[in-house]
Amino acid sequence: MMRITLIAVGLLLAVLLPLAIPWLNFVFIMAVAQGFAALGVVLLLRAGMISIGHAVFLASGAYVTAFLLRQTGITDLGLILLVATLGSGLFGFLIGMFMVRYRAIFFAMLNMAVSMVVFALLAKLYHLTGGTDGVRVATPTVLGAVLDRTVFDSLLLYISLALLVAVGWLVHRYLSSPLGKALEAVHTNEVRLEYLGVSAWGVLLYAYTISAALAGLGGALAAIAVGHVVPELAYWTHSGQLVLIAVLGGIGGVVGPFIGALFFEIVRVVAAGYAAYTWNMIVGLALLGVIFFLPNGLYGLVQRLLKRGGGS
Amino acid sequence: MTEPILRVENLHVNFGGIRAADDVNVDVHPGERLAIIGPNGSGKTTFLNLCTGYVKPDSGHVYLEGNSITRLTPRTIARRGIARSFQIPQLFTDKTLVENIMLGVAARRGIWDVLRPLNRPDYRREAERFIELVGLQESTEKLAGELPEGTRKLADIAIALTLKPRLLLLDEPTSGVSARERFALMETLIPALREEDVTAVFVEHDMDLVRRYAERVLVWDSGRVIAAGPPDTVLQDPQVLQNVVGV
Ligand SMILES: Nc1ncnc2c1ncn2[C@@H]1O[C@H](COP(=O)(O)OP(=O)(O)OP(=O)(O)O)[C@@H](O)[C@H]1O
Ligand SMILES: [Mg+2]
Repeated sequence: MMRITLIAVGLLLAVLLPLAIPWLNFVFIMAVAQGFAALGVVLLLRAGMISIGHAVFLASGAYVTAFLLRQTGITDLGLILLVATLGSGLFGFLIGMFMVRYRAIFFAMLNMAVSMVVFALLAKLYHLTGGTDGVRVATPTVLGAVLDRTVFDSLLLYISLALLVAVGWLVHRYLSSPLGKALEAVHTNEVRLEYLGVSAWGVLLYAYTISAALAGLGGALAAIAVGHVVPELAYWTHSGQLVLIAVLGGIGGVVGPFIGALFFEIVRVVAAGYAAYTWNMIVGLALLGVIFFLPNGLYGLVQRLLKRGGGS
Repeated sequence: MTEPILRVENLHVNFGGIRAADDVNVDVHPGERLAIIGPNGSGKTTFLNLCTGYVKPDSGHVYLEGNSITRLTPRTIARRGIARSFQIPQLFTDKTLVENIMLGVAARRGIWDVLRPLNRPDYRREAERFIELVGLQESTEKLAGELPEGTRKLADIAIALTLKPRLLLLDEPTSGVSARERFALMETLIPALREEDVTAVFVEHDMDLVRRYAERVLVWDSGRVIAAGPPDTVLQDPQVLQNVVGV
């Protein structure tokens, strides 16, 4: 009950605040976009696996979006988001078939290795990807209508929030389902899981595919919001950022990564106005605080404060 | 003579010079309760590992109802109907007991279910029956990792039972369980297994339990079966008494 109230209040603020402070519109869309990718990372973290390469799937969603708008006649926002999500999911499935055989440091490093290869390809295959300059992303149409950019940006925020609710709910269901519990079981006791006749490989591949699709959706939203895609989206430091956001926000549920992403984006924008590296410091200190004092991340902190404030 | 449910032929396995299985030949008959006894390190657990695909033999064969399972994985063998409990209980320690058992129930009924919760009334009801069977009602909502050792052993048996196996392999089911509770456990477990038509093999150190609940005993030593037969006969054998029971 408390959680639902919290989410409703959060959504209401996300809709109302940008009306008063317009630059928040972009920040909120980016928070949702990064939040989707970080949620993908969270799925794998629940199985005890850290991917330091997941930005690759965010990049794949972003590049699919750019490609569709530039090379094909497809301009519809809904269709683009769908294709980018499914395309990244398929990409994740293919990479995942190989990846989920590995555990621990091997898994982390292999993901990173793949992301570096993809980064290099994006930068080098100039004719396909526009090289290091990247590709401009035109404004998509919405149900056939060509919208003015400011109107489109508001709409994009509302669509992002609606997707956050719908997709977040589906992921929430997944996490409490048998398959979602089996995902955690890979972490706690893979031997017992196999002895129950369950394929840890299959359980992980499912999660890996979903996590790639989530990152792809985030990538598509980010590409459309920014209006430009560059190879750096796939760079391993961006993957590290996603892990950071996931841990910062909390891996206990669906809401955490979005809170983490919001915090991250706001600190980045606000602190950038003061001095370079300030935001690194703030984010770094926040991460230290979370690691030592908040096992459930920032979301855990919000929950705790609310509990103290007004019962459950 | 009916076909054995499990047949093991000329099984060998070596661990860096240690012969953990040295020409093992065993038939397990449908419905029987077979006890395995033997000193520490004689290869009892290795035998269960070989039968469930966790350890692959250097040579030899394992058949389940006439079909070779020698090269299959534990997962496939579990699907074919062999479940086991472990000497060191293998639980999902971060979940409650009932969640552990419900996950076992879900594994049997269909794990590829992503939109309905694990915690649903029919799974819970079935899980509670298994919990009752091993007498752990009071621990239902406790974290599996925080249960005392004896309780974890019983939980490990319960989770194996969720598969509704045809053959159940128990590795020292009563070690860590207090002497008083051992008999109580076996008194509920054995009839339940009989009712469900489960064949049971159990590694056991308590000779009183073996006498009372096993129909046949295999005596292990240095990776070999050195004696086999009904408990009354085998446990009179001076060599067995000296090598095993004396230890
Ligand atoms: N995976 C393994 N790798 C190396 N050696 C092993 C392995 N498994 C068992 N062994 C060795 O094989 C021998 C038989 O071990 P096993 O665990 O089967 O004995 P056990 O009869 O179950 O003993 P206990 O009564 O102590 O449980 C021991 O010497 C053990 O050290
Ligand atoms: Mg043993």
